[in-house]
Amino acid sequence: MRSSHVPHPDTADFEQVTVSDVSRVYGRRRALAHVSLTCSAGQIIGLLGPNGAGKSTLLGLLSTLIEPSTGEVRYGDRTAREAGAALRAQVGFLSHDLQLYPELSARENLEFFAGMYSLDRPAERVGEALTSAGLADRADDVVEGFSRGMRQRLALERALLHSPRLVLFDEPFTGLDEAACVALVMRLRALRTARRIIVLATHDLDVVDGLLDHAIILRRGRIRELGDGRSLRERYRAAIVDRGGGRRPAGPDGGGVTVARPVKAAEEHTA
Amino acid sequence: MSGFLKVAWLVLRKDLRVESRNREMLFTTLFFAVSCVLVFSFGFVRGGQAVEGAASGILWITIAFSGTLALGRAFERERNHDALRGLLLAPVDRPAIYLGKLLGILLLLAVVEAVVVVLVAFLFRAPLFQYVWRLLTLLTLGTIGFASVGTLFSAMLVRTTNRAVLLPVLLYPVTIPVLIMGVSGTAALLQPEPDLAMARLWIGLLFSFDAVFLTLAFWTFEPVMTE
Amino acid sequence: MRAIETSENMPENSEGRGQLSMSKRLFPVLTVVSLFLFVTAPIIIVRAPYESTMGLVQKIFYFHFPSWMAMFLAIFILGVASGIYLFRRTPAADRLAVAAAELAVIFGLMGLITGPLWGVKAWGVWWQWDARLTMAVILELILVAYLLLRQYGGAGSERLAAGLGIFAMANVPFLYVSTEMWRTVHPRTSVVPTLPVEFGIPLWWSFAGFIVLCLALLSVRSRLEEQRATLERLYLALEEE
Repeated sequence: MRSSHVPHPDTADFEQVTVSDVSRVYGRRRALAHVSLTCSAGQIIGLLGPNGAGKSTLLGLLSTLIEPSTGEVRYGDRTAREAGAALRAQVGFLSHDLQLYPELSARENLEFFAGMYSLDRPAERVGEALTSAGLADRADDVVEGFSRGMRQRLALERALLHSPRLVLFDEPFTGLDEAACVALVMRLRALRTARRIIVLATHDLDVVDGLLDHAIILRRGRIRELGDGRSLRERYRAAIVDRGGGRRPAGPDGGGVTVARPVKAAEEHTA
Repeated sequence: MSGFLKVAWLVLRKDLRVESRNREMLFTTLFFAVSCVLVFSFGFVRGGQAVEGAASGILWITIAFSGTLALGRAFERERNHDALRGLLLAPVDRPAIYLGKLLGILLLLAVVEAVVVVLVAFLFRAPLFQYVWRLLTLLTLGTIGFASVGTLFSAMLVRTTNRAVLLPVLLYPVTIPVLIMGVSGTAALLQPEPDLAMARLWIGLLFSFDAVFLTLAFWTFEPVMTE
Repeated sequence: MRAIETSENMPENSEGRGQLSMSKRLFPVLTVVSLFLFVTAPIIIVRAPYESTMGLVQKIFYFHFPSWMAMFLAIFILGVASGIYLFRRTPAADRLAVAAAELAVIFGLMGLITGPLWGVKAWGVWWQWDARLTMAVILELILVAYLLLRQYGGAGSERLAAGLGIFAMANVPFLYVSTEMWRTVHPRTSVVPTLPVEFGIPLWWSFAGFIVLCLALLSVRSRLEEQRATLERLYLALEEE
């Protein structure tokens, strides 16, 4: 297992990511408002919420590529700006678009990133990654011809190639069939055992039910408390339906959307 | 420093490999450059004779236009599958990524220019090969000047929705000095009595432009790329 | 919820307030000084001797030259403020940069209008590919491109505009030299310092007027931008209620 890999000496390792009172504003649009949370090693944290709730922005912030407008994100005791490139070596990001070059083969894609991360024993690690993606026999085919599932598996291995401490997933289950979902869940559990910090944004509540150590619900850029209920889906629904009965005033940006709509959007995605 | 050059080389090799697979940028840019020269000929040939001194202008404007096309495509490729995010997340000196992309563009433009120069010399009977080394220096320095600004602008515009329009809008005004220097330098070589001292002066100016703008681009790439 | 809101806005507000009071104090002073200079300038210009070859048209020079200088000042401020914003992320620097860019466009336009007015008398044509005029047109293009980027670049375009602002300033010497070598029919710049005193006094008088006016407008424009930012904050706070 690659979990035994000793981190690169010049990387800034950490055991905890602390987001304190972070807001991110784009002009008049507030993508995130006063978000605080702590993610510790060996935890899987789920970011749930309707489309446009700020999940991707939060992932971007955690990945260091987006800077907070106010508040700060600390990795261990350092901020992204203090730690710079050394910290980025500890971040793995599987975004919705898979960050692969379709013209290159599976092996070339992995080799390129192995080079960019200056990994030791690159050929060996690329080989291992291809095996665990189940692509060993298609390693030299260009990614263009791969199915969504195959690309997804390759992209996952690419994101984990450098054994990052913090692993971020944006909708990792979309486009995966049942078997692939199960495999990914197992992979996530293994990462948890390897004391990674895993944050995943998802709509697939049934798949992640029972997997998450923490579920964070975002709505309009704010964190909401999980509601009561037996399954994650019930608790999510309880949280997302405004308990105040929709007393939110209508803002000029159409802020008065009916409270039921976001849930419906989430369901459409799960279907 | 070796790490820096290694990253630049990795990015360049990746781009060359992608390009060697589909050759899209090379063929489209070449075709565009050739049609550009032809379009200009209809503007500047009167009675079967090219307007005097048109050759140097046509040469440089064609380079600028096809360069813009290539620059737009080069970063569209990185944007397509969110690959740019992968690059920016890598624990490397980010200016090295800029350097790798710039070198790729320069190589592509070198091929395009080889064709365009021959074409202009042939169609306009311009004595372009009279002072090969001086012309080569002018072209190299001019292309570096244009592409160093262009690569930075194209990279920073990746995040905007109007990038296709904004790239030429920003790039042409800022690189007008390159155009003036390149055209005047080439014209000095092409005129009936070549003015070599003048050409040398323009070469020197281009060199200092490149030095200043390359430095600035390396310096601003990192802060411009963070959101 | 309210408590959190105020605590978030406090640091930004207090920084903003310091800025505000400074430009608030600065603006009236600058305005009064520039008003004084502008009101008295015509008197001084009329009293200045009548230039023999150009006649009355020569007096355009008292507006033409200072408006260029104001434009260069604005471009310089744009470049420096852009650099500060890019590397320090100071919001105030960005507001100053927008103000400077807009003013540079306006003063540049004044130069571009007065230039041909003078040219039609001096050269007999409205437009002449003269080095200074060419350079001014190109600078104007770059500045308008800057404003276009801010307008149509979408969220986060301030950062990109700051990059462009630095490039705009760095371009000035290259444009100067290359247009100079490319074409020159303009009266040599060296005439300005050696101008006879009777011409010099009104020139520097209007020069001071334009510079002070530029600074006054700069302070009021960046204050407007700052209040816009405050409004944005208040709007967001209201939305959160």
